[in-house]
Amino acid sequence: MVRDAVVMLGHYPVLISVDFDAFEGEVVYLYGPNGSGKTTLLRLIAGYLSVAKGEAKVFGLDAKADRRAIRQYVGYLGHHAHLYDDLTAEENIRFAQRVTRTTEDDPLSIAKDLGLSQKTMNLKVHKLSAGQRKRVSMAIATMRRPQLLLLDEPHAALDEQGKDLVDDLMRRYAASGRTVIVASHEVERVKAASDRGYLCDRGILIGPEIAPSRANTTTKATVQPSGASQVDGHSD
Amino acid sequence: MIRDALEIAKKDLLIEARSRVLLNQLLPFVAVVLILFGFAVGTQNSTLVDISPGVFWVIAFLSALLAIQRSFSIEAENQAKDGLLAYGLEPGGIFLGKVASIFFECIVVEVFLGLGVVFIYGMRLNSVALLIVSAGFATLGVASVGTLFGALAAATKVRETLLPLLVLPSTAPVLLAATKAWEDGITSRVGIGDPWLGLLVVFGLIYLAIGMVSFGSVLED
Repeated sequence: MVRDAVVMLGHYPVLISVDFDAFEGEVVYLYGPNGSGKTTLLRLIAGYLSVAKGEAKVFGLDAKADRRAIRQYVGYLGHHAHLYDDLTAEENIRFAQRVTRTTEDDPLSIAKDLGLSQKTMNLKVHKLSAGQRKRVSMAIATMRRPQLLLLDEPHAALDEQGKDLVDDLMRRYAASGRTVIVASHEVERVKAASDRGYLCDRGILIGPEIAPSRANTTTKATVQPSGASQVDGHSD
Repeated sequence: MIRDALEIAKKDLLIEARSRVLLNQLLPFVAVVLILFGFAVGTQNSTLVDISPGVFWVIAFLSALLAIQRSFSIEAENQAKDGLLAYGLEPGGIFLGKVASIFFECIVVEVFLGLGVVFIYGMRLNSVALLIVSAGFATLGVASVGTLFGALAAATKVRETLLPLLVLPSTAPVLLAATKAWEDGITSRVGIGDPWLGLLVVFGLIYLAIGMVSFGSVLED
């Protein structure tokens, strides 16, 4: 939940009086031109940035003060791969598995589900294509089955098959009661996989708008959904 | 926290083993500077022996700077540092892991450098215990300060030039104490009761404690 939030980068306001909500079991998309504030909003929710004014809460916790606690529930796929070039894809995944104490699933099976072969897993990251790196990062972001998945341009650098896998992943996440917030320039694609969305325009958030695929199906995609609990743990 | 530290150290040392920066760049750098110092000072054996503790520690500190820069450049690639934060690691654990890997790399360099000053400069080893223990605590001090400032500098666009400006003045007391302890170690048999060693122990532990407490804010803000 973000209320009246202003985020400054230096003296420049990147987000201006932003209100934003996301609820359990839904996919929320963000779209808009470059530099409009989509990444900033995702980084704010992930606890990498703080508000100069207003408030940002995730699962009832302050996005800045409680950022370490929040990160236990959040998977974040950013613009950058967050990988070590001199380690293989598998070593990167195993490292993330150990430091996050992930025990639920075999993380390599998640990577294989994302189209990464064992041969690819044995390559050092600097030898991987941009799309393969993205898949490795995606495997790491999702291995903990986070309650909130933040995806920043998840379709970038992926082939059609990879993009379909991302869409499928988002739908499965939402179907299992988790929340996905996705920023993308592939507007039609994310709208088809989402429940609600916001337009970002020069730091201002316009919306929410109901995704066309949900417009005539449910009452879930409303400004204040009834029955759905908010990502911050409160209901409006 | 210890488990996080071990994972970070293991990861950094594995990357070092793969990239071989220490072997291919740092050790040749040490050898070249050692020989250049010899050329600059002259071939008088007594002069070389006299300056060998100071030369050793100046080169050791410059090498440590390179190791620190390398340690944080691997976190800057692909913004891997954000990944560490996203994994929810204990900042103190990240700090300890970084200190441990930098410490290990510095010790390897110092062993190589030590052989250099013994065989090229003819430095005597009267109190080996003092030399080894003081080297350990001096390295702990520079690795702790370097890790703290390395993270701070890594967040700026001028990280390469800012790091020496932050680290060298802060570690000047360590450099002084290490040089004095080594002078005592080669000229007498004072042993580990040397007062300069006491100073190194205090500096090393204080820097380590400050780093563990403040690393979280440096890393996040």
